[in-house]
Amino acid sequence: MSAIKLRTPITSQAAMSLKAGDEVLLSGVILTARDAAHKRLHDLIVRGKPVPLNLKDAVIYYAGPTPPRPGRAIGSCGPTTSSRMDPFTPELLKMGLGGMIGKGDRSAEVRKAIKKYKRVYFLATGGIGALLSTKVKAAKAILFKDLGPEAIYKMEVADFPLIVGIDPKGNDIYDKAKRKSV
Amino acid sequence: MREINVSEITEAVYELCLKANFDLRKDILKALRSGLSKEKNVRAKNIIKSIIDNAKLARKKRIAICQDTGVAVVHLDIGQDVLLVGGELDKAINEGVGEAYRKGYLRKSVVSDAIERKNTGTNTPAVIYTNIVDGDKVKISVSPKGFGSENKSAIKMFRPTDPVEMIKEFVIGTVKKAGPDACPPFVLGIGLGGTFEKCAYLAKKALLRPIDRRNPKKHIAKLERELLREINSLGIGPMGLGGNTTALGVNIMEAPTHIAGLPVAVNMSCHATRSAEKTI
Repeated sequence: MSAIKLRTPITSQAAMSLKAGDEVLLSGVILTARDAAHKRLHDLIVRGKPVPLNLKDAVIYYAGPTPPRPGRAIGSCGPTTSSRMDPFTPELLKMGLGGMIGKGDRSAEVRKAIKKYKRVYFLATGGIGALLSTKVKAAKAILFKDLGPEAIYKMEVADFPLIVGIDPKGNDIYDKAKRKSV
Repeated sequence: MREINVSEITEAVYELCLKANFDLRKDILKALRSGLSKEKNVRAKNIIKSIIDNAKLARKKRIAICQDTGVAVVHLDIGQDVLLVGGELDKAINEGVGEAYRKGYLRKSVVSDAIERKNTGTNTPAVIYTNIVDGDKVKISVSPKGFGSENKSAIKMFRPTDPVEMIKEFVIGTVKKAGPDACPPFVLGIGLGGTFEKCAYLAKKALLRPIDRRNPKKHIAKLERELLREINSLGIGPMGLGGNTTALGVNIMEAPTHIAGLPVAVNMSCHATRSAEKTI
């Protein structure tokens, strides 16, 4: 199976062509956000405050990279466990978030929200952050810089290797994997 | 008494933090290669290949194997004929950790308070365990422990009369719950016996042993082999996407326990199970 080339931003129309299990090479700009940043974004949204970030069709990468060595764009930067972001995700999807990159299972609520808003959840391979760093061309902390490694980084990626975990129809790759194992 | 200046400990901890984060353990690499040769699932094979490629790149470019460079867990076996001089031991260890995480471009993942959650900016304090042992040497092990897998760890107090089958079910249930989230193929550190906290400590310590070395007790070694076989028949596979490489190793450490109890702790660890050791 050859990988599908995709560019950010990802509209729901673009997402609709993806199926759980598809291999994707993603290029363009993505935003990192993990636990603390999600909590802050979510707090702003539920308090009705402006969110200083354009989430429309944007892709959030659940990652907290290591600092770059001189001359490199970023350090090790693999995905973190997505399920910790589950409580905050439906609200972000409602705001127009285009897609998410992480590792592991999502809650039923997240799956439902992905289907409702016709968006996509991608898997990246965990624990290969050195290798994935070679796909990052530029990175800059743009928000919540006080959070250190948990700040929101704007990252430019080229052919970042992903697998579609949950597609806009709500199909989940792990359901398939589970079925195969029994 | 042999005098050892704590600055030597600082230096050793510094080196070990870097080594552990950049050079994947040989036993882990060996198990990955063996998994690759036995794995039938194409996607699983590709993932294992990328894990091996990642280890090579990390070593060559001195980039962390995984961005979760962990909490630095430092185990020291201190010979009782050693006199540590030149400063406080804990301070010396934390200095080594802080310097390694700064100069090695490793992630600072420690917050000072579990509720307030302010990053200390240095990846300190380390989690430090000291044992007093025979002799005049100090053995230091550093294992950067990532929390994707740590979060999936579990402990259970069994009845002393519960059959081994129940322990196995608990261990396998823990692996299933960890599923795709905790970066399989896993390494399991299991503590058996002791008290509540001793059991968890043994589970952590078991992760330091090379995974190709079995427990010296025959019946425990057998349990390790059986668990590994059963876990690898679950079909979870690398990153939970199917395959028969779900665990690379199962290491058990055990201790005497109370007539009324049978504590069992499972410390989950990912395919990037890291540690390095040195004896001074």
